[in-house]
Amino acid sequence: MEIGIQDSGQPMRRIFGPIFVVTAAMFAAAPYLIANAPYESTMGLVQKIFYFHVPSWFAMFTGVFVAGIYGAIFLFRGDPKADRVASSAAEIAVLFGLMGLVTGPLWGRKSWGVWWQWDAHLTMALLVELIFIGYLIVRKYGGLGSEKLSAAVAIFGMANIPFVYLSANIWRTLHPPTSVVPTLPSAMGGPFWFCVAAFMLLFAVLFMLRLQLENQRAALDALYLEEE
Amino acid sequence: MIPDFDRVSLKGIARHYGRRRALSGITLTVHGGEIVGLLGPNGAGKSTLIGVLATLVAPSSGELRFGGLSPREAAVRGRIGLLAHELHLYGELTAHENLAFFAGLYGLDPGAAVGAALERAGLSERAHDEVASFSRGMRQRLALERALLHRPRLLLLDEPFTGLDDAAVGFVVDRLRRLAADGCIIVVATHDLDVADGLVTRVALIRGGRLVSDEPAGAGLRARYRSLVGHA
Amino acid sequence: MFARIALLVLRKDVAIEVRSREILYTTLFFAVSCVLVFAFALVREGQVAEDVPAGILWIAIAFAGTLALGRTFERERYGETIRALLLAPAPRSAIFVGKMLGVVALLVVAEVLLVPIVALMFDAGGLFARPILFAGLLAAGTIGFSAVGTLFAAMLMRSRTRDVLLPILLYPITVPVIIAGVRGTAALLQPAPDEAMAEMWLGILVSFDIVFVTLALWTFEPLMTE
Repeated sequence: MEIGIQDSGQPMRRIFGPIFVVTAAMFAAAPYLIANAPYESTMGLVQKIFYFHVPSWFAMFTGVFVAGIYGAIFLFRGDPKADRVASSAAEIAVLFGLMGLVTGPLWGRKSWGVWWQWDAHLTMALLVELIFIGYLIVRKYGGLGSEKLSAAVAIFGMANIPFVYLSANIWRTLHPPTSVVPTLPSAMGGPFWFCVAAFMLLFAVLFMLRLQLENQRAALDALYLEEE
Repeated sequence: MIPDFDRVSLKGIARHYGRRRALSGITLTVHGGEIVGLLGPNGAGKSTLIGVLATLVAPSSGELRFGGLSPREAAVRGRIGLLAHELHLYGELTAHENLAFFAGLYGLDPGAAVGAALERAGLSERAHDEVASFSRGMRQRLALERALLHRPRLLLLDEPFTGLDDAAVGFVVDRLRRLAADGCIIVVATHDLDVADGLVTRVALIRGGRLVSDEPAGAGLRARYRSLVGHA
Repeated sequence: MFARIALLVLRKDVAIEVRSREILYTTLFFAVSCVLVFAFALVREGQVAEDVPAGILWIAIAFAGTLALGRTFERERYGETIRALLLAPAPRSAIFVGKMLGVVALLVVAEVLLVPIVALMFDAGGLFARPILFAGLLAAGTIGFSAVGTLFAAMLMRSRTRDVLLPILLYPITVPVIIAGVRGTAALLQPAPDEAMAEMWLGILVSFDIVFVTLALWTFEPLMTE
């Protein structure tokens, strides 16, 4: 039985403070940077959504990959720590996914004139979001031993991404091409990458908090089992 | 080469689901020739323990060994026989088809193994009838022979006597005694004290996922069960 | 050894199905009902849009497939025969392949009936214009759907909520199969069949099959240990 939660949590707790402060500072600074970034003439103010929209996908897919990889580790090694990492990451992936799915249509309304557009990137994100909501549903309603079932969902969901992307991409393509990101004018690229970094840090902060909660819960369960 | 073993040992086996504990700190070694009665009230963890012994349920912690073999070796499964309250038979298939299918799974020559098993179950005449048309007793006899088709070293029975009449119980008890005499390791989970009383050579009482007593069978099983488990 | 066990499991499932025909008949009837329901929704003034028959065909296959998967594993759960299968010393992935082939066989039979019905009802004779390519799309799509479906249906046997969880998990993950199947079929249904397009979708389906059959074989063993 592993009750070594205190030990494993310690290094995480040490770096949590600094990361939290940096993240907070970056989010405080972001509005100024975004406001001062060049005004994009065709899209107007709505273009600024881009600074939130794209970074939330970065964070979501990070969560998805962490969940998939740790899901596989849990499935084959049976280490409950890996399951805690995977489930925390999956939950936060769903959160950032929702953020992307809310900001996407705002962009779409201005750019394409409709709230929802079946464009490749948005379709892919929607499906991955659905798969990981399925992950959370399995954990909640799957009954005893649903950790293993959810691990399979994470692995299959991760492996599915290239196929969803490919099929949705050929099916429909309306999105500003992916190459827009590296070739941004540097006056826009600077704030954009700043926002990506801020979102990734936010992901890290939320992930650490979530994992800490999961670890505490496991420690509590272990104590409870011992006491009984 | 089929692997073999002469004992099964559990060391500190625990299985929990979050906060729900199914098994905790089970340490037990069973040798060939023994018939261990796993007794306890409903929900005590008997079925989970049978599942762990069958390698179908992975313990959360602790060690399970089959003699010198690890449960991870797939070949070990070929030496385990399992019979539960649910009979592991396909109702749509005939007795013969059921046995032939499982013989195939175990890589046995169906011709010889199936005929002998039907004979022992006393079902030779109904070999080509669908199992769904059998009575509970007939099904149970067939299920037992199915579980024994590959001559397992370890035989696990989970509530095998439910719904059987006296004659059928007698048949099963008799068969188990002879198997034990041949060196088979037998574990029977049941809450039926009357049947267990005459059959088992050793009694393991389990309650709340813990092993509360482990001793040779003897007189006064009912009294001890009552004092350790509460009611009988 | 592997192939022998897989075939043994397949033969057993076929023998049961030949005797009861329950899954086959219910699945077929359900598939035909699906086609009708979609027809009422999508046919206007006796006409359908060009791509509609392809969509109806694949949706009917996916829905009927879910039903067949659920029933197939309900049969293994009843009497807990699945535990007896898992306890055999055979490689568990062989048991997976046997069960998957059983589902594929059921769906192929359903498709043999569905395709002519769709072709007749929606005047989609183009389905038979390039029979080999179309059969390839159907086969690759069916295998991909069945691979993911068999793994999920098998692992969900332990869960009390399996009936709802199976479609919830299966549909989002098999969307690439549906898109590729529908688009590939639609390409063949055009007045001038676009073979290059259909071949490209077939390629995507085949790579989906390779990835997901491999994944399922790899994860089946640990997933089936409680």
